[in-house]
Amino acid sequence: MSDDILVDIEELHFNYDGRPVLQGINMKIRRGQVVAIMGGSGCGKTTLLRCIGGQLKPTGGMVRLEKHRVCNMSHTELYDLRRKMGMLFQFGALFTDISVFDNVAFPLREHTDLSEAMIRDLVLMKLEAVGLRGAHALMPGELSGGMARRVALARAVALDPMLVMYDEPFAGLDPIALGVIGQLIRKLNDALGATSIMVTHDVHESLAIVDYIYFVSQGRIVAEGTPDEIRASEDPFVHQFVHAEVDGPVHFDYPAPSVVKEFLGGGARG
Amino acid sequence: MADLASPFRKIGHLAVDRIWRLGFAVRFMFAVIRYSGPSFRRLPLIIREIYFGGVLSLLIITVSGLFVGLVLGLQGYEILQRFGSTEALGTLVALSLTRELGPVLAAIFFASRAGSSVTAEIGLMKATEQLKAMDMMAVNPIARVVAPRFWGGVISMPFLAALFSAMGVLGGWLIGVVFIGVDDGAYWSQMQSGVDFRYDIWNGVVKSFVFGIAVSLIAVFEGYDSVPTAEGVSRAITRTVVTSVLTVLALDFVLTSFMFRGAS
Repeated sequence: MSDDILVDIEELHFNYDGRPVLQGINMKIRRGQVVAIMGGSGCGKTTLLRCIGGQLKPTGGMVRLEKHRVCNMSHTELYDLRRKMGMLFQFGALFTDISVFDNVAFPLREHTDLSEAMIRDLVLMKLEAVGLRGAHALMPGELSGGMARRVALARAVALDPMLVMYDEPFAGLDPIALGVIGQLIRKLNDALGATSIMVTHDVHESLAIVDYIYFVSQGRIVAEGTPDEIRASEDPFVHQFVHAEVDGPVHFDYPAPSVVKEFLGGGARG
Repeated sequence: MADLASPFRKIGHLAVDRIWRLGFAVRFMFAVIRYSGPSFRRLPLIIREIYFGGVLSLLIITVSGLFVGLVLGLQGYEILQRFGSTEALGTLVALSLTRELGPVLAAIFFASRAGSSVTAEIGLMKATEQLKAMDMMAVNPIARVVAPRFWGGVISMPFLAALFSAMGVLGGWLIGVVFIGVDDGAYWSQMQSGVDFRYDIWNGVVKSFVFGIAVSLIAVFEGYDSVPTAEGVSRAITRTVVTSVLTVLALDFVLTSFMFRGAS
């Protein structure tokens, strides 16, 4: 594996209750890049992210992070590796019984021997980076959705990780908060020299900030490219997704028997 | 034929599911014990849980203990009066409380007040992905969240049972001596001579310790294993209370049959 590649995924398969969720994913993520994994709901994006973070064990294939094969690591080795990772969960997953300050300080207190004075400075710096230094004394319940996401972002980068993963960072945000989070992801990635993987289905915000995009459908990568390549793509899946079209290879309706059979042919009764 | 087999299949699925869950509970218990070391190295975590589980249960334990003692005093006096031995009221109240009612009722009240709250807290942490977030930060949720709550409950339980029994004895004294007029000296001296420290009090302490382990383990397990939805957490809380009460009563029978063999 080239030193330039931070995450290398080969023929990754994952089944859930016998149902295939990921079916032979191949991916190479370069250091320093912000990469988006996009696709419709239930296509396997979050499962892929959890396989990269070692939260799920794939049923086949492998995920390599730096030189480590994530799937074969022991619990202790995995925890050592996770100290170099940060993850932003869909709704922040802040600890609700402690303040904003303590949330950001949590990984520092758990994994370092820094003095409280040093931790205080670091936490306030991280909060300053996301524009919330003034909110350090608030409790998570007092924050708006966008603010909670920014605090979670500060916590995710508290240990200056080499890899930051974002699970639907734009979900449920108003346009202003969405733009702020998008810019923060890009700026923090560049400032920390980190690599970011973002699972999202927000096309326009992602195209503005990422270096590379993978499109996943039914557990497979169906398209990939830089934002410019994606914008110019004539691939029916990409075209439908980027332009939010109703007609295309991605079906909106859940599979069901034909309408004629359902209503006139004595089909299933509710 | 398929319809005939269906009930058997459902029973089979249910049995397999229960056995699997029991196995998971045992593995979970060993994991809690295994990761208890880090919790004891960070005592503030356990002290916090002793506060939330034990100290905040003081009011319900104090009040309920007092009322149980008042009732015991009334009932005990009424029965002992038939045999002309009302001076044994202190012994009756104290033995009832230290051997049985103190540990059992304190455990049941503890399960209802603190156990349900521990289940709700861990269940909601799971539903809001806080446990997953902790795990992704390389912090073991069993060591950081589960083990301190478990040990907080185990440590609190004997003290709560002792307080319950003490309040009950006070309640018995209040009704027997102050209101009914049983001799004050007889109440206390009969109790002193009739209650054996090792046989009665120590066995009660052992019981409350065992109940503390059972109730705390059920509470943390139900929270950790809950379905991460509003309904799932609510069902887990109900299971905590019901399972704890039944377990405490069953364990009480087993422990009593081993501890107090003099009766047979």
